[in-house]
Amino acid sequence: METAAASAQPTEVPTIAVEGVACGYDGGLVVLKDLTFRVTRGEIFFIIGGSGCGKSTLLRNLIGIHQPLAGTVKFNGEPFQYHDPAARREMLKTFGVLYQSAALWSSLTLRQNVALPLEEYTALNHREIEELATLKLAQVGLTGFEDYYPAEISGGMKKRAGLARALALDPAIVFLDEPSAGLDPITSRKLDELVLQIREMFNTTLVVVSHELASIFSIADRVIMLDKASKGIIAEGPPRLLARESRDARVTEFLHRGDRLEAAP
Amino acid sequence: MCAAPIAACASVEAAGDELTVALGGDWRITGPRPAWEELRAGREPQRVTVRVGGVGKWDSSLLLFLFEVQQWCRMAGAYFDGEALPEKLRTMLGQLARSHETSVPFDRSQSFMETVGTATLQIWQKGREIAYFVGECTLSLVKLARQPHKFRWRDCLHEMQQCGAMALPIVSLISFLVGMTLAYTGALVLRQYGGDIYVADLVGVAMAREMGALMTAIVLAGRTGAAYAAHLGNMKANEEIDALSTLGISPVDFLVAPRLLALTLMMPLLSLYACCVGIVGGMAVAWSVLDILPVAFWVEMLTIVDLSDVLSGLVKAVTFGVIVGLAGCLRGLQADRSAAGVGQAATSAVVTAILFIIVADAVYAVVFDILGI
Repeated sequence: METAAASAQPTEVPTIAVEGVACGYDGGLVVLKDLTFRVTRGEIFFIIGGSGCGKSTLLRNLIGIHQPLAGTVKFNGEPFQYHDPAARREMLKTFGVLYQSAALWSSLTLRQNVALPLEEYTALNHREIEELATLKLAQVGLTGFEDYYPAEISGGMKKRAGLARALALDPAIVFLDEPSAGLDPITSRKLDELVLQIREMFNTTLVVVSHELASIFSIADRVIMLDKASKGIIAEGPPRLLARESRDARVTEFLHRGDRLEAAP
Repeated sequence: MCAAPIAACASVEAAGDELTVALGGDWRITGPRPAWEELRAGREPQRVTVRVGGVGKWDSSLLLFLFEVQQWCRMAGAYFDGEALPEKLRTMLGQLARSHETSVPFDRSQSFMETVGTATLQIWQKGREIAYFVGECTLSLVKLARQPHKFRWRDCLHEMQQCGAMALPIVSLISFLVGMTLAYTGALVLRQYGGDIYVADLVGVAMAREMGALMTAIVLAGRTGAAYAAHLGNMKANEEIDALSTLGISPVDFLVAPRLLALTLMMPLLSLYACCVGIVGGMAVAWSVLDILPVAFWVEMLTIVDLSDVLSGLVKAVTFGVIVGLAGCLRGLQADRSAAGVGQAATSAVVTAILFIIVADAVYAVVFDILGI
């Protein structure tokens, strides 16, 4: 694996520490193996790679939907997957997840979608929950759409509403699975700006799964690149540094296309 | 001020008309926070100053508290002094105030006349959709008769297995129990007149003419009709139906016709099978409770049950099969493109099928009576 370090490694306990993780599915299908990386607080960390390399599989293992076949995932030094249900629930409060399809609950309005985590995990009264849900929707630019159902809004708006729901509990870590997929460049850019704002507001750690080069170069602090053939990480570091200094053909092929795109008027 | 910045805390200091609120600790949305009304304790200050110097980590919890204080000041005509608040916090407080003011509930309510008008139009619209769908299915079956080689026989066979062979266990159980129940119920009355043996007639006629077809239809409406609606509804949500249409393939030919034919063919067979199992159930009760031997039961039953009873049951079964298939497929194709829409389609398919089955059964009862069958 190729590593490009832009700054000295931080000494604090990493927000996310992945150690020797292997991911796969029932029947012995191993998609990724021997993954080790760290994500520090306030970092915008991208998991990149070509289609089918296991980006979303890794994300599902990080957020506990699937159990890693081997290794551990630690959040603030605490192993996640081996915790009892009550402790896991406590840790889940600190997560926000934006799914690729936004995964909004279709029978609830946008406001109700955002309010549900608040109803579940806080002691706020109904009025406060409504206020906060409205604020979260306003922060993602959905003022006036609070009482719409997901079926009544566009794909980009669904993504933003999904992000508002992920941010409902002001989580310390937000996972975003392909946030720009299927969006036009302007909406995609606005979503990137939103990600930066979120980090700015609460020093939130953001883990983004994406292969959108424009997003990678504009907001990522650090990336890991996964490869389907080697079933692991083939590069780690700031994206511009990797694009400039990497000698791995797979990395340069992936990232240099991004440079050309960026240079385009 | 509170000592350790762990839990969110607040202290107040009153000086004349001024109230100074000093906040401290970590303010987490998932944790408890001080209540403004308790801190105010009935005081009516003209100026409220908030200091957040002792606050450690904070999130929307602190924002909500400040907003509550700000709103109280606005209502009470007091001055809210937030000059000492950090810039980031003031920006977010401004955002919250703006979203509070600009949020207008989306009014979905309708007047009585609008509701009645919309409902009437919907009934008309749904009636047209049903007529259109039945017409399309008829055309599709005509096409099948003309070009049988183009029909999707493999899908049809698969559906026949699903709605026929796979339904045998549940149809067996239900029919056996229905036959038993009929025998028990009949015995209650007939025993009083010493006519125990006529339980065989009751069970035989009821199963052959009515219950065999009806119970099978109800079971298949819940099992197969709902499955068709959910399957097609999900395909619609995933744009699979649109993909067929853009290829110039009729969704009715491709998806509905094989299912409809499979149900129409399987329903009479299942109905006949249900009839036999029901009679066995009645026979079992007659033997064990009324001491009527199976042979005597059979002989007595044949004195009244003839081929016309069996055929009338089969005619009903074919009709019910068409109804279950049409209801399931129609509701699936009409489903909204959402998870809730798929669920509603499945429910609606069962309700529609059972409603039309009962209506058709009543119509057949009158027609058979007029024809003397």
